[in-house]
Amino acid sequence: MSRRLAALSLALSVVFAAGPPLASQQRAAATEWLVSRADTGRPGGQLVVIERAEPRTFNPVVAIDAPSKDILGRTTADLIHVDRETQQPQAALARSWTVSPDGRRFTLSLRRGVRFSDGQPFDADDVVFSFRVYLDEKVGSPQRDLLIVGDKPIAVRKVDQYTVQVDLAEAYAVGERMFDSVAMLPRHLLETPYNEGRLARTWAVGTPADAFAGLGPFRLKEYVPGQRLTLERNPFFWKTDRAGTHLPYLDRLVFVFVPSEDAQALRFQAGDADVTTRLSATNFEVLQRDRGKRNYDLLDIGPGLDYTFLFFNQNSVAQTDSPQVARRRGWFRQLAFRQAVSLATDRDAIVRLVYRGHAAPLWGHVPPGNKLWVNRSLPKPPRSLDRARERLRSAGFSWNASGALVDKDGQPVDFTIVTNTGNTERMQIATIIQDDLKQIGIRVGVVTLELRALLQRVLTTHDYDACVLALGAADGDPSSEMNVWLSTGGTHLWNPEQAAPATPWEAEIDTLMRRQLAVRELQERKRLYDRVQALVAENLPVISLVSPSVLAGTTKGLANLRPTIFDHHALWNVDELFWRGRPAGETR
Amino acid sequence: MTSRPHPAGRNYHVTLLALVVVYLAAIFAGFLAPYDPSAQSRDFAFVPPTGLHWIDMSGAVHLRPFVYQEGRPYPLRFFVRGAPYRIARLFSSQRHLLGVDAPAALFLLGTDGFGRDQLSRLLYGAQISLFAGPLGAALSVVFGLVLGGLAGFFGGWVDAIIMRAGELFLAVPWYYLLFAVRMALPLRIEPQEAFAMILAIVAVVGWARPARLIRGVVLSGRTRDYVEAARALGASDLHVLRRHVLPQAFGVALTQAALLAPQYILAEATLSFFGLGVGEPVPSWGNMLAVLQRYDVLSSYWWMFLPGGALLAVFLLYYLLADALHERVAALPG
Repeated sequence: MSRRLAALSLALSVVFAAGPPLASQQRAAATEWLVSRADTGRPGGQLVVIERAEPRTFNPVVAIDAPSKDILGRTTADLIHVDRETQQPQAALARSWTVSPDGRRFTLSLRRGVRFSDGQPFDADDVVFSFRVYLDEKVGSPQRDLLIVGDKPIAVRKVDQYTVQVDLAEAYAVGERMFDSVAMLPRHLLETPYNEGRLARTWAVGTPADAFAGLGPFRLKEYVPGQRLTLERNPFFWKTDRAGTHLPYLDRLVFVFVPSEDAQALRFQAGDADVTTRLSATNFEVLQRDRGKRNYDLLDIGPGLDYTFLFFNQNSVAQTDSPQVARRRGWFRQLAFRQAVSLATDRDAIVRLVYRGHAAPLWGHVPPGNKLWVNRSLPKPPRSLDRARERLRSAGFSWNASGALVDKDGQPVDFTIVTNTGNTERMQIATIIQDDLKQIGIRVGVVTLELRALLQRVLTTHDYDACVLALGAADGDPSSEMNVWLSTGGTHLWNPEQAAPATPWEAEIDTLMRRQLAVRELQERKRLYDRVQALVAENLPVISLVSPSVLAGTTKGLANLRPTIFDHHALWNVDELFWRGRPAGETR
Repeated sequence: MTSRPHPAGRNYHVTLLALVVVYLAAIFAGFLAPYDPSAQSRDFAFVPPTGLHWIDMSGAVHLRPFVYQEGRPYPLRFFVRGAPYRIARLFSSQRHLLGVDAPAALFLLGTDGFGRDQLSRLLYGAQISLFAGPLGAALSVVFGLVLGGLAGFFGGWVDAIIMRAGELFLAVPWYYLLFAVRMALPLRIEPQEAFAMILAIVAVVGWARPARLIRGVVLSGRTRDYVEAARALGASDLHVLRRHVLPQAFGVALTQAALLAPQYILAEATLSFFGLGVGEPVPSWGNMLAVLQRYDVLSSYWWMFLPGGALLAVFLLYYLLADALHERVAALPG
């Protein structure tokens, strides 16, 4: 608890220290530098980072896997960037911007004198080209959906060499946030492949390093598949520190690929890497025990954006389904049944046994780590077997002589929880729920399936009873979860892709979610999303259980490290990181 | 082959007795186990084995051992009332051999991550792990005896078909096939069904090896002089097979069974380790060992290795038994 408080106060102090960037201090200079407010440091050295898998591509337009995004996030830059600490939009390649009163036109002024990592200048033509590529259906960029507003793609127009104008079909709540992580592309390198229709295939992982250019703090140097990927300092990067030193400080950033969670902990413990994120709570504890002897710091950043939950199959019964399936769905669709399961579940035991305290129990689907959006007024009913039994009794359930729960027809209540293999935490959660529900007479089986087989059952064949799964909002904004909460959504897990909302509360959530997307004022959006959270907590389509903490480890002496719960937890400000107490130029 | 004395052969009875004791412990798990194997004591997760003391803090010696709980001594009690259980589905009771009064707890082999008593789980787990092995081995050997006997005795196309089929079974990558089979089965399998599935799998997979051996014995037996003589006297195939050939193969079959049983115990452990065997919360040695896949368990809680130690001990007994049987078969006249 005290650790979490400490983390919170640290985060707050940093928020105040950071403030808005001083965009145009050096207007007279040829380059309009962005000046970092972080502590000034000394250049040199390298950072070795553990990545769980190899990148699939170096093409920011089509990258969809986390490793590719983690790497491309360091080699590319966006126009307006959402600060990972404050969750507020900040000037990046656009040094300033204005919004028209109706919220439909953005005018962006670009930073002058910015160069790509190959030395070529960046201007409005690159911006227009970039959006043309992202919006081209033939290219198939996953970012395209995020740039469609009111069913129409945004229109990007060059005003002059350093000004672009972006028009939206209707006011859009997410607004300037939609520019975040949309990497600006070098027209001089990519226009030919684009015109020849082979853009999606360019910049594959085998391409030589000098064929790339980006606007990020680092650029590609060498990729040895199966071993490591080395990025080197981009000498043309557009940020400096307060002393005028060009950022980034580090000479090299090396990613090493370690697939299993346990092996990651081992490699980090052995000193093979400087940064590891996404440690499991149990491995975190092992590393912590060994901490005195080793040269590393461990950080519990607090509950992140992931939330783990149990949900029941509430799909409508098909004619081909057996009577047993129909009976089970009948139980699952009763609110009182789901309430009883929620009341009987020992969330504190999950936090304690599975996460060793490195997690927060949940009664709503927005985790406390998402400070901007969490509805803090949701009730948190404590575990109560008596109240669980009372809910079941009210819905016509009873208990037979041997203590087993039976439904109105005297049929014993049993069901199976599925979860994915390889995730020991979810397996343990399912085993705890199994034991909890045994105490109110429900017999639960636990089955693990390979993740793809599991999703197939949940989303396509609907052949399951209940499932323990986790979701994580990428940036914490409700707009990224439209697919989960809209009744038409493909990941509306408990009953996906409904033609019309099956229940009045799902209809209300549909309305609220659509409205929050059209409103611009944050407060109003928050009010609408609070109501969504309350509806989910009342009707329990998902029984929220726990939000695991983000746990990271770093070698001692890494300065300006301010890990956050957002991706990439430790490297979001990699341009500001430096080694304290190591002479310049020294490599590890 | 010559008969020579073998150290294992001499201890044949001791080995057998030790195995009987192990199996009796599994059958009477309910009585010997202090707790229900699936009961979770959530305040006692990953607790190391409870220490038994005879000397208290003042230095006084007690005949009855005791345990400490928050500084207070609790004496060990015998024949205590606890969780109800049934033995061999025949009679039920609530008496357990050992126990201590609440709030103290007796975890002689420590607890797992849910605070479940490892000793109780080990004893109950033996009911699945130790019985699946020998039963599967018996089934395999019976299949092997019948098919190998037929192949060896009749030769020709019967031999060819059976032996090619056997080679096919030896060549199939079973674990991959098992994952596929598991996918095709209904999501939930009851422990009894899982047990039957494991049994069927190991028996079906394993018949080829004993069948080959027995075919060889039968093949050589068929051409012995006394078999030729019996045939000359007009004995039928069945008679020759029953009276002269199979008795020879029987010793080989028994040795094979003793060799296969521990392998099948390991097969059950492997299946459960990969989540294909009996599911939570029912214990088996394999699913108990499965937690060792986690680095934190591997590096922090040594008592989670104990089911592995138990497996090793049982293996050793079986191999000693197989050795002794082999000696006896080799020493048989003929």
